Amino acid sequence: MSVLRERYALAVIGAGPAGLAAATTAADLGIDSVLLDEQPAPGGQIYRAITETTLCERAVLGADYWRGGALVERFRASAAQHVPNATVWSVVQGGEIGVSIDDIARLIQAQHIILATGALERPMPIPGWTLPNVMTVGGAQILLKSSGLLAEGRVVLAGSGPLLWLFAAQHLAAGGALAALLDTTPRSNFWHAARHLPGFLASSYVGKGARLIASVRRQVRVVGNVTMLRAEGDGRLQTVVYRRGDGLEQRLASDLLLLHQGVAPNLNLALAARCRPIWDGGQLCFRAAVDAWGASAIAGIAVAGDGAGIAGAEAAALRGRLAALDAAHRLGRIDRAARDREAAPDRAALARWTRGRAFLDRLYRPARQFRVPDGDVVVCRCEEVTAREVRDAVALGAAGPNQMKAFLRCGMGPCQGRLCGLTVSELIAEARSVAPAEIGYYRLRPPVKPITLGELASLPKSAAAIKAVARG
Amino acid sequence: MFRRLPEPAAASVTISVDGKPIAARVGDSVAAAVLAAGIVVCRTTPVGEAPRAPYCMMGVCFDCLVAIDGIGSRQACLVRVRDGMRVDTQHGKRRAGP
Repeated sequence: MSVLRERYALAVIGAGPAGLAAATTAADLGIDSVLLDEQPAPGGQIYRAITETTLCERAVLGADYWRGGALVERFRASAAQHVPNATVWSVVQGGEIGVSIDDIARLIQAQHIILATGALERPMPIPGWTLPNVMTVGGAQILLKSSGLLAEGRVVLAGSGPLLWLFAAQHLAAGGALAALLDTTPRSNFWHAARHLPGFLASSYVGKGARLIASVRRQVRVVGNVTMLRAEGDGRLQTVVYRRGDGLEQRLASDLLLLHQGVAPNLNLALAARCRPIWDGGQLCFRAAVDAWGASAIAGIAVAGDGAGIAGAEAAALRGRLAALDAAHRLGRIDRAARDREAAPDRAALARWTRGRAFLDRLYRPARQFRVPDGDVVVCRCEEVTAREVRDAVALGAAGPNQMKAFLRCGMGPCQGRLCGLTVSELIAEARSVAPAEIGYYRLRPPVKPITLGELASLPKSAAAIKAVARG
Repeated sequence: MFRRLPEPAAASVTISVDGKPIAARVGDSVAAAVLAAGIVVCRTTPVGEAPRAPYCMMGVCFDCLVAIDGIGSRQACLVRVRDGMRVDTQHGKRRAGP
């Protein structure tokens, strides 16, 4: 890795498909670009460990995973600088970026910033989801991709969405077994999604998805229409309890429960930079408000990829390119006509890749009971705040997520609301009978990742800054 | 819970977890190494002292917090193993100072 400099024309944050494509496009246009990424190797989560995975059998992870290789190769062939293991904890208007590498914090400056922080798995707050041996499907997939670790024992997959099926197929192809796959997709979703079917049938998802699901169904016991799910155990998971439709409770002894119900934009950095969150009623999540180029209302800050709304890896790369072209225009490298001309094929491709998403979004919309829990279910994992406590606080007058912080410390632990933000906003909305759009999201502030006071204190200081706080 | 798939020429290192040596593969995150060694609980929570284990593996949930080489509350899923690394599980609230 080359040395991080103090100034760049463009900084891209996150080395998933959007960030890789953005940095490559900008560098190829002659823009002095740096790509900062928290992981040790490029790829983001979707192409995690693509340059170093130990799974030599390419069929295990599937062709879509290996498509990421070309993206990384083009990036490496570009003049963009890659800075791995770099945790960005602050981005502010004016282009100042706070970043820590090897426990040393520094401030760098970029004229333009593209946030490509991608998505995270939507929380699935069921009773017992904090027990050891309950993990996310994405977490198990990361263990497979980056460490060649295969889940074993009585493994149960539960939830909904494309990743659930993709991981099941990868796990089976790697030689793994599954005790059961509990599908929580509500039956009624099929009818609601049907009106989006024409777009889906014309998309590239249809054949692939159907083959994948059929193959998993042949090999695994799939239980559909699961309406209740609970993890039980003393100190660790022992039993998965579920109900099918309005049937009786079923008990399943289990060593590992993997949960998944879709992904949502990872917004902490964008919101701390004062980008505006908007509620997406189709995807039931907040996303960063941006224009067709990914530009936010904050001058010099753009959001590309899933952070600006979930659309998948191929679309993310295209949105990364669009954000880079717009950055090149704003930095005076290309004129507006050149930007629009260059972007035309990307926009056409983007339309192709986003076709069919409406069907998937509606089909895999998680049921209310798996998004908005009741009773003693832990909502905020860090501060161990339950759904009941949140509802009680609403009754006492806590009108929104920020008041909830003051009442309950909800969202104030180390994860800074990443695992509870959506749940808390939806809980408050339901308790107050208003739309989540009216409730809004936690107000987030830098640092968005914990850094030590020592790191902060050792930041280089200007003479003026010292004078501003020193006595005498 | 997890077993290693066979891989050619995997280099290994040794780290300690609560004083016990475990073998890890070069390139593993601390969280992956801990899970591969069959260690389930990496900390108990500051509020209710409930046991927790790595959950998301991508740096967002902060459930895999451990002490690494004497520094507490490190995200085990974001730190790669190094030979001789000392990992300690965390229990309850952390105390300030030595």
